[in-house]
Amino acid sequence: MNSDILRVQDLRVYYDTPAGPVKAVDGVSFPLKQGGRLGLVGESGSGKSTTALAIMRLIKPPGRVEGGQILLGDQDLLKLSDEAMRKLRFDQISLIPQGAMNSLNPVMRIKQQIIDIVNSHDGDYSEAKLNESIGQLLLTVGLRPEVATMYPHELSGGMKQRVCIAMAITLRPKVIIADEPTSALDVVVQRQVMETLGKVQDDLGAAVILVGHDMGLMAQFVDYIGVMYAGKLVEIAPVEEIFREPQHPYTQLLISSIPSLESKRLFKGIPGVAPSLLNPPSGCSFHPRCPQVMGHCSSQVPNLKEINPGRWVSCHLHGV
Amino acid sequence: MSELLEARQITKVFDAGGGLFKRDQTVALDDFSMSIIADRPSITAIAGESGSGKTTLARLLLGIIQPTSGDILYQGKNLQQMSQEEWKVFRREVQAIFQDPFEVYNPFYKVDHVLTTPVAKFNLADSRADARELIENALRGVGLRPEETLGRYPHQLSGGQRQRVMIARALLLRPRIILADEPVSMVDASLRATILESLLKLNQELGISLVYITHDLTTAYQLCESIVILYQGCVAEVGDIELVIKNPQHPYTQLLVASIPLPNPEIRWEQGEQRQSKSETAPRGTQGGCKFADRCPHVMDICYDAPPPLFRLDEGRATACFLHKELPTVQATEVMDTLAQRAFRKAQAVPAV
Repeated sequence: MNSDILRVQDLRVYYDTPAGPVKAVDGVSFPLKQGGRLGLVGESGSGKSTTALAIMRLIKPPGRVEGGQILLGDQDLLKLSDEAMRKLRFDQISLIPQGAMNSLNPVMRIKQQIIDIVNSHDGDYSEAKLNESIGQLLLTVGLRPEVATMYPHELSGGMKQRVCIAMAITLRPKVIIADEPTSALDVVVQRQVMETLGKVQDDLGAAVILVGHDMGLMAQFVDYIGVMYAGKLVEIAPVEEIFREPQHPYTQLLISSIPSLESKRLFKGIPGVAPSLLNPPSGCSFHPRCPQVMGHCSSQVPNLKEINPGRWVSCHLHGV
Repeated sequence: MSELLEARQITKVFDAGGGLFKRDQTVALDDFSMSIIADRPSITAIAGESGSGKTTLARLLLGIIQPTSGDILYQGKNLQQMSQEEWKVFRREVQAIFQDPFEVYNPFYKVDHVLTTPVAKFNLADSRADARELIENALRGVGLRPEETLGRYPHQLSGGQRQRVMIARALLLRPRIILADEPVSMVDASLRATILESLLKLNQELGISLVYITHDLTTAYQLCESIVILYQGCVAEVGDIELVIKNPQHPYTQLLVASIPLPNPEIRWEQGEQRQSKSETAPRGTQGGCKFADRCPHVMDICYDAPPPLFRLDEGRATACFLHKELPTVQATEVMDTLAQRAFRKAQAVPAV
């Protein structure tokens, strides 16, 4: 069973506020297989981006990691020193942040920004070798090598996003975390960027965590989906199964709310509003919105249970 | 059939900087025409990728910016030649909903402010109690509970609620047209349906025409009757949404439709079918020709010579592509009128329940 490259166990991330801790991520556990593609979905505020940042150890105050383990191979990232963690980023695990194209430095050429990554990770290469490998790197993500000498403003959104993918894979990491990498792009460019990400992932044999709320994109890209609600994972399943027969009532509503080209004007939203994480509902946090709510849902917190091999659900409908 | 809102061969050119002596120009809209008829409430989608001119079009239709050439007419009157009185009527009858439900609010005012201001400006109510009732009804109309909405600050509402307050504000004025510019692109997928449903209700129950501007063909298909596909400021394809989405004829529309991430893991994007976009291949230059030529898999020599006019494929649809050059040419407005007439006749034939 050691094909898991990354295992997150009982991760808890809290944001301290004057009114008490906001439990943005509250006991999240999931495995990530070597070369696997996991999607984390959920509405805004469900804790999916916080989970991604926590894995990179990039949570900043007032946020803090309250507890849990993030095992990359057999080392716990949460126990590493800051310097060791810094070395590990890009080298072992990379993040393509949300709105990544705005994370490029506007006054530095692309080449210099990539060299910075190499230099900050004991890379000591000759200029000629660097130039050649940067050219290669850009070709991998479908850009011309000349892009290296350009500034970010000379590139389109999709090109910038590819530069960010190139930067993330510069040191050939084992895990790539992509947080809504295409949310600002239109469908055509979105598809190109996702195909690029998929291709470089295959080349590297890396695993990918894709964070987002676009179920269409998830269906196209990932193998496994983890559905988050109010800081908890409520369902984990292979992508085909979750679309075919979602088990958790929230997942069911989420799937049925996806607009499709099959039917017209059948708008199905999810009634109610997302819960406050400062003061989450007692018991199952979805119970106030759940169409299948039962008596004990408001008092007992359901546990994530494996109902079939590889399928995990946290709902009282599937046993206690 | 009379036109409610009409764009006649509008072109909008922006100076894109480029230094003091060298002026780069961006043509955001190029000889664009469309029409919304007055006889029947319609829902029209304007779709295209970023930079295709969608938002420029919205701002032109709202009279926020003026076209470089061409005219925009509301009930037959040119927006630029309206008297103050006519302009006020226009501002009331044509409302907008914008993309970002965060930016439109002043964070220091309660959300009530965006609702009371139009009531006061347009003298919609005689008394405070009247105003309150009007506002409460508008909020209920979009599925919000007034007691949970009024008296709050914008940050206390969710993105979906904020966007619905904006729809309520538009609704207050009893407009004839609402222009919605990407109204759901910043809202969670689970709330999208609720907002689209509110919009549909405005159209069906209150007879308000909608112009839905988006890059999301799926929601456009869900909501709209007809669609205009924009590519770099030009119409690529226009017509009945059923025909355009289910059987696209312009290579650009085909690319768009093929790129929709279908929420079905068993039908994945076909690998390798994707052509490289013009940023990666050496462009031959599309000056004066079809703007899609450099990305087009079916490109011919003729495509570089002149911009393609719209060719009428059938009664309710036309495409600007030389692949169909044997067909008669047509104006976008004619296609839209045909569609409107067809829908109007259908509505007449079936008495309202």
